[in-house]
Amino acid sequence: MRILTIALTLLLLPLAPAHAGKTLDQIRQRAQVVCGVSTGVIGFSSADSRGRWNGLDVDVCRAIAAAVLNDPDKVKYVPLNAQQRFTALQSGEVDLLSRNTTWTLTRDASLGLHFTAVTYYDGQGFLVPKKLRITSARQLKNAEICVQSGTTTEKNLSDWFKAQGIKIKPVVFEKFEASIKAFFSGRCQAYTTDASALAFIRSKEAPQPDDYMVLPELISKEPLGPVVRRGDDEWFAIVKWVIFALIEAEEYGITQANVEQMKAGGDPAVQRLLGSAEDSGKLLGLDRDWAARALKAVGNYGEMFQRNVGSASPLKLPRGANALWNKGGLMYAPPIR
Amino acid sequence: MRRRSAEAVDSGPSRRHLATQALLAAGLLALLWWLLDVTAGNMQERGIRSGFGFLLEPAGFAIGESLLPFDSADSTLRALAAGLANTLRAALPAIVASTVLGTLIGLGRLSSNLLLRGLCAAYVETLRNVPLLLQLLAWYFVITDLLPMSSEALQLAPHVFLGKSGLALPWPGSDGALLDLPQRGEMGISGGAALTPEFLALLLGLSLYTAAYVAETVRAGILSLPRGQSDAALALGLTRLQMFRLVLLPQALRSIIPPLTNQHLSLTKNASLAVAIGYPDLVSVANTTLNQTGRAAECIALIMAVYLILSLLTAWLGSWLERRTGRWAHGS
Repeated sequence: MRILTIALTLLLLPLAPAHAGKTLDQIRQRAQVVCGVSTGVIGFSSADSRGRWNGLDVDVCRAIAAAVLNDPDKVKYVPLNAQQRFTALQSGEVDLLSRNTTWTLTRDASLGLHFTAVTYYDGQGFLVPKKLRITSARQLKNAEICVQSGTTTEKNLSDWFKAQGIKIKPVVFEKFEASIKAFFSGRCQAYTTDASALAFIRSKEAPQPDDYMVLPELISKEPLGPVVRRGDDEWFAIVKWVIFALIEAEEYGITQANVEQMKAGGDPAVQRLLGSAEDSGKLLGLDRDWAARALKAVGNYGEMFQRNVGSASPLKLPRGANALWNKGGLMYAPPIR
Repeated sequence: MRRRSAEAVDSGPSRRHLATQALLAAGLLALLWWLLDVTAGNMQERGIRSGFGFLLEPAGFAIGESLLPFDSADSTLRALAAGLANTLRAALPAIVASTVLGTLIGLGRLSSNLLLRGLCAAYVETLRNVPLLLQLLAWYFVITDLLPMSSEALQLAPHVFLGKSGLALPWPGSDGALLDLPQRGEMGISGGAALTPEFLALLLGLSLYTAAYVAETVRAGILSLPRGQSDAALALGLTRLQMFRLVLLPQALRSIIPPLTNQHLSLTKNASLAVAIGYPDLVSVANTTLNQTGRAAECIALIMAVYLILSLLTAWLGSWLERRTGRWAHGS
């Protein structure tokens, strides 16, 4: 099925428009942003029982639709699995890929794609049963480790244990559900994936969450962020700066609720961002209140985080590396001026 | 000889046919070339790297179980070869098992014993009408749920363990040791060779599923023989078993082998469902490669080429067997 999809997309590759710089025009013409998302990762992109998409990655799509089309609901979500995602973006099926995708050199330099900005700093960890009585991933000698295919996870796993001189056996599943079921039935001694997902798996999928623990080691850097096609610098800039605006807004204390008041306030930097002084939108080919619209749609980065993956969500992930740069984290936006 | 002379007679009026066919083939080739050319052009224009050079670079990922010794520093090509070896490791025994089991069940459906006939019919109808993917998942989760935890694995014989890691057996050692003996430890079983639950589930699922189809093929082959054959065999005083073995099966083989080859073909292709239950077959390894390198077009072309070659080989083997049995049946 997946192979069929990729084969079809490849077949359509010759027919897809090959011109550069047209993405924004196309989006305006069809009055819709087409956003590639995951097939269901709670907190990042998943559809609820009514078919409404939500999550951190989905909010990025909504913010961009608000900035470009003045309506956060004008987004078409295309669920893509790990194997389909790059082909779908390359062939023009989606305008951007906002789907917990790790920024790596190979992907950035050889797939005809550009990573825009980091929306979540993740790292790969391990979930183990407590009765294994281990405290470190270094004790997983000869262990069988369940993992889902189609991510950078498999490579990190093999790299890290090779560096430690430890032999392990990966058991690789195509589907998330099968990998989880195999782990909780005791087939593997450990389960590995990004730490953000481990928290969810432990709390929602484990038969007894207290019987399982996440090991302290993070064995990789997983900077996740939206990706666009190469060859359209204007669109690349728009996606990048909408994300920067969301981060910058948190720094200035602009929230979904107080955008209008802040517009009228006295801070020149805030006025520039919200378009009440200079017209920063013109440089991007957007309306002057592009950032204000995005903020009204989804709130600033901190609000997006809390609502989808942070304390106000079932995942309850700490801000950690995703806090602002001036609060001990890595979230830093270049100045909007 | 007769066939060749018939062709010679035909070739006169069919020259125009030949020309049309050559034209059609040329057209198809041109279309294929155009598609490839435009795709390659567009990929280049968009800065998508292409080519098969990545095959010689280190794979960078490990394979859980492999017939070919494999390390993550080995080349991607070797990883794919290990995947192919794993596919064959499951498909070949499954072909043998499904053929034997299927023949027995097919004969069972023709038995004079009502209970046996009913059981065999129920087997065929159940196994044939449930999607294979579901059967594989069911076998896999039944196996992993039933087996004891690896740290408390059952010891069946000295150094033979059965646990959630599968069936661990002593195996000729690689570094100096005569035998690599499985040991039971905190992290499950280490050492020796293991038949993992993934492999066992795949082997079981494929064999049982295909056996249902083989059974129908065998039954149809035997029923296609004139009734007089079995009547004559019984009249000569042969037992029913002798009748099947000496009279009916040899004659039925001619009509059984072509559809049987088809079943073996689909079994090999169905083995690609292994990805669902965590067995590292060719498709699973190629999927991982596709993900690490992003070379979608190349990886899919490779998978298609390998399956095409496997299928053509099976088909060729089938027709060779068919010719042999045909000659044999004529001769007798």
